[in-house]
Amino acid sequence: MSDKKANQPPLVRLRDLSKHFGEAETRVDALRNVSLDVRAGEVIALLGPSGSGKTTLLNIIGCILDPSSGSMELDGEVVLTDGRWVRPNLRRLRLDKIGFIFQFHNLMPFLDATDNVALVLQLAGTDPREARRRALELLDYLEVGNRRSSMPAQLSGGEAQRVAIARALANQPRIILADEPTAALDSKRAGIVMDLLRKVAVERDAAIIAVTHDEKIFDRFDRIFNLRDGRLESMSSNGMKSIMVGPGDVGERI
Amino acid sequence: MNLAYRDIRHGLGRFLLTCVGLGLLLGVVLAMIGIYRGLVVEALTIARAPGIDLWVVEANTRGPFAEASRIPADTREAIARIAGVAAAGSITYQTVEAEYQERKLRLYVIGYEPTRPGGPPEIEEGHAIARSHFEMVADRSSGLVPKDRVRLGRDTFTVVGSTRQQVSSGGDPAVYITLQDAQKLQFDLAPPATRVQLARGTGSTGRDTVNAVVARLHPNASPDAVAETVRRWKHLAAVTQEAQELILTRSLVDRARRQIGLFTSLLLTVSAVIIALIIYTMTMEKLKQIATLKLIGAPDRTIIGMIVQQALALGSIGFAIGATLIASIKDYFPRRVVLEPDNVLALGAIVIVVCLLASALGVRAALRIDPATALGG
Repeated sequence: MSDKKANQPPLVRLRDLSKHFGEAETRVDALRNVSLDVRAGEVIALLGPSGSGKTTLLNIIGCILDPSSGSMELDGEVVLTDGRWVRPNLRRLRLDKIGFIFQFHNLMPFLDATDNVALVLQLAGTDPREARRRALELLDYLEVGNRRSSMPAQLSGGEAQRVAIARALANQPRIILADEPTAALDSKRAGIVMDLLRKVAVERDAAIIAVTHDEKIFDRFDRIFNLRDGRLESMSSNGMKSIMVGPGDVGERI
Repeated sequence: MNLAYRDIRHGLGRFLLTCVGLGLLLGVVLAMIGIYRGLVVEALTIARAPGIDLWVVEANTRGPFAEASRIPADTREAIARIAGVAAAGSITYQTVEAEYQERKLRLYVIGYEPTRPGGPPEIEEGHAIARSHFEMVADRSSGLVPKDRVRLGRDTFTVVGSTRQQVSSGGDPAVYITLQDAQKLQFDLAPPATRVQLARGTGSTGRDTVNAVVARLHPNASPDAVAETVRRWKHLAAVTQEAQELILTRSLVDRARRQIGLFTSLLLTVSAVIIALIIYTMTMEKLKQIATLKLIGAPDRTIIGMIVQQALALGSIGFAIGATLIASIKDYFPRRVVLEPDNVLALGAIVIVVCLLASALGVRAALRIDPATALGG
């Protein structure tokens, strides 16, 4: 990461995020004091066994789950303080600032590739004609412009995931959350998709946070974090545990 | 971008099939409403046919439809002389089974005086009875057409004219013959029985009786006042046209009417439940898509709009299919099916309300979906 980027404020700043479910004897701590900074251009991975808190963390960053405590800033805006949302209309925040990429692409099966991308633009208030034009541009950028009129069922896994990435980028969000983005792809296509995500992060100054179990693509990430019993550990890309991540050492590439 | 339309277009075959299914169901509901209305209309048809204001019948009866009534035929002359009466006619009613082209015909025979009130309302084909004997005007639903010949009792009648939709409350097609022929058919004994009566010295019973006398009043005459005058003759009773129609609907076809009415209500309830289930299921099938829409930031109105528009489209198209179907085949029902615009519109409105209520269930479920459902497999 260049010094210039290292000096920029992080796009995602988490401080002491905790989340527990249940109380007393049934209490389960899904996240314990997680702190993390992710800057523009970074692609980071969240690893961990089932129930370790990966999805919980992704849901909180995606503003769809209330944390128990902690604070969060997204793209320079304070959205969470002391476990309370301070930003009204979180749905609009998601529409404008966060792009989502899913394991099974989650494209609308009744819309063709172009309309799947244009939908997000129209939801944000873009004129339908302009939305289509920008959707086509994005599809071309992700090299699936030739499948612009195809329905999701007619696309291969890799093509569908590219369309899903185009949809995630439609409103030019600077934070992209990806849930197992390559799990449904073979290693070749998984590599292509990850290269695309890296390209997006660099060219569009975006921060990408991906939950993954896919060891084939570990080398595509700038930083890898392991969640274990709700605690975040930083790891090297070969899977070796490196350092505990705290507020003092966030943002350092391993 | 209209998501409801796109979704429908994507699964058009399935959506149309659902609409056809719903259409058939709503068609049955509409048919039942039509049968219900038809029952009432048919019950009143014969009573309304003469276009009269007053029915004079036997004392202490509510004849001639709800109860048997026999009065002397010369009553007509007495009635015709009452102030306010413009015209009066004697009339008889009876149900007869006749052989026609090797099949049984069940006919509702109406005897009337051709120059007086009581005849068929209008002749659709052929002409009215012109001779005093053995001519007949038959309703088309009997299958008889002009120039057909049919045997009633011991005489053969020639059909000279046709009416339309003139049936009894039981659905039997009406045929009109002269009063004299009808009296002979109704009251004359068969020759062997007559010979027995003569041998016993009782002679033949007089046949100059009728079931009722109908009267048309002057425009300014009060039916109730004329009826009151008639009732002064102790052997007669008088029923106004309005009261006669009430007797028919409240008494004669009341059980059948209530039976069909109750069944129609049940059918309507079942339809409402099925519509609700279809719409709810349609929503539940889209849980993942709705969760994804919520996750990517779609406002609630987009999701509500998609569900409500699909529900309304389903209801409207289903209703249109049902209404078209029943309108096309209603004339093939053995009994009359009356589709009145206000009944059809009322059902349409009910369907729309049911669709809105059902979509409210779907909307409630959709709004409760956790956007996190979109994440993970």
